[in-house]
Amino acid sequence: MELIIQLLFSFIFTACFGVIFNAPTKAIPYCGFVGAIGWIIYYVLIQLNVTEVQASFIGAFVVAIVAQIFARRFKMPMIIFNVSGIIPLVPGGIAYNTMRNIVELDYNMGIQNGMRAFMISGAIAMGLVFAEVIIQLVMKLLKTGLTSMQSFARAKRRIK
Amino acid sequence: MNNEQQYELALDCLLLAGRIMMESGAETYRVEDTMLRMARSQNIEDAQSYVTPTGIILSLGKRQITKISSITSRITDLHKIAKVNSVSRKLSVQMITLEEAYDELRLIQKTNYFLPVHIQMLAASVASSCFLVLFNGYWSDMPAAFVAGGIGFIVMLIIQEMTKVKFFSEFLAALVVGLLASLAVHFGLGTEMDKIIVGAVMPLVPGLVITNAVRDLMAGHFTAGIAKGAEAFLTAFAIGAGIAVIVAF
Repeated sequence: MELIIQLLFSFIFTACFGVIFNAPTKAIPYCGFVGAIGWIIYYVLIQLNVTEVQASFIGAFVVAIVAQIFARRFKMPMIIFNVSGIIPLVPGGIAYNTMRNIVELDYNMGIQNGMRAFMISGAIAMGLVFAEVIIQLVMKLLKTGLTSMQSFARAKRRIK
Repeated sequence: MNNEQQYELALDCLLLAGRIMMESGAETYRVEDTMLRMARSQNIEDAQSYVTPTGIILSLGKRQITKISSITSRITDLHKIAKVNSVSRKLSVQMITLEEAYDELRLIQKTNYFLPVHIQMLAASVASSCFLVLFNGYWSDMPAAFVAGGIGFIVMLIIQEMTKVKFFSEFLAALVVGLLASLAVHFGLGTEMDKIIVGAVMPLVPGLVITNAVRDLMAGHFTAGIAKGAEAFLTAFAIGAGIAVIVAF
């Protein structure tokens, strides 16, 4: 039940960001879908006691893969789907706490929270980039694999 | 049309495409990729470009002309990026000519694709209140976050329109959000001030800029990456400062 509520609200949350970032109207529900998948994976991993940095990395990785699939399907730039998709993962609360600690002159907690926010945003960015690079690599391998197989078949036919 | 004019038109067309994309918040490497792809489709093989968040230099190579386009404003408008992308796709497969592409791009530059302001404001409000559910807030705080998020967002748009100073508008918007949240808690309309503020501030967060900064750095565009990183940092700092004023009192 909890999972369904999270899924539903992360969907609405991300779709609203699609509207704010002015995604094409047709793409907005899919933006919501990308965000909901990324968030639910993050949420489940946190429940399983995975650290938040690792969970953010995996969440962002999945967001980028789903975004890439939608981008190819709708022939739109990938940025449309993954920008709103990662918004639920952005450590807004931790960044707020950092700022609050610093204003209240609690520098030790401030540095701790700041480091957490920094590591999480780094993990999100790394997840996005890694997914993109790996997809490109796979696509390239598939393409060259196909062409080399075709040329192999052609050579075989010629021998016959 | 002679060759010289054809080159001039191609250069204008490519620069316009790059400029619209950069002003709408596309990644630097995508802007370069799009421009060079369009150039190749017009049989211009050795075009070179230098793209930064504040300006684009594009040369068609050898003895051809070079032009500069300066970029003064950057907003997030994914719709325009998608539109330019489809024009470049159509040009690459020779579905449209260079003249048609240029006309389409000029139309895209002039048109405002944003949804009406009240819908954007509603989206900001709903997003702010949904945030509370995702981060274990109280359901009873949702109305406060709804109001604070919407008003904060509209304040940012209005001040941005009036002053054209991005960081000032974000600072004031965060200030208003903080004020509304603390008022709500004071009058018993909300319980957790922290979560209301974080939720309501989310629509102001420079999500796109942060992502793009890192992506550009990874793609080797260090100038663009650092510049965008500075922009994201200043925005985050402005929001933080706005809230800090409220929290400190």
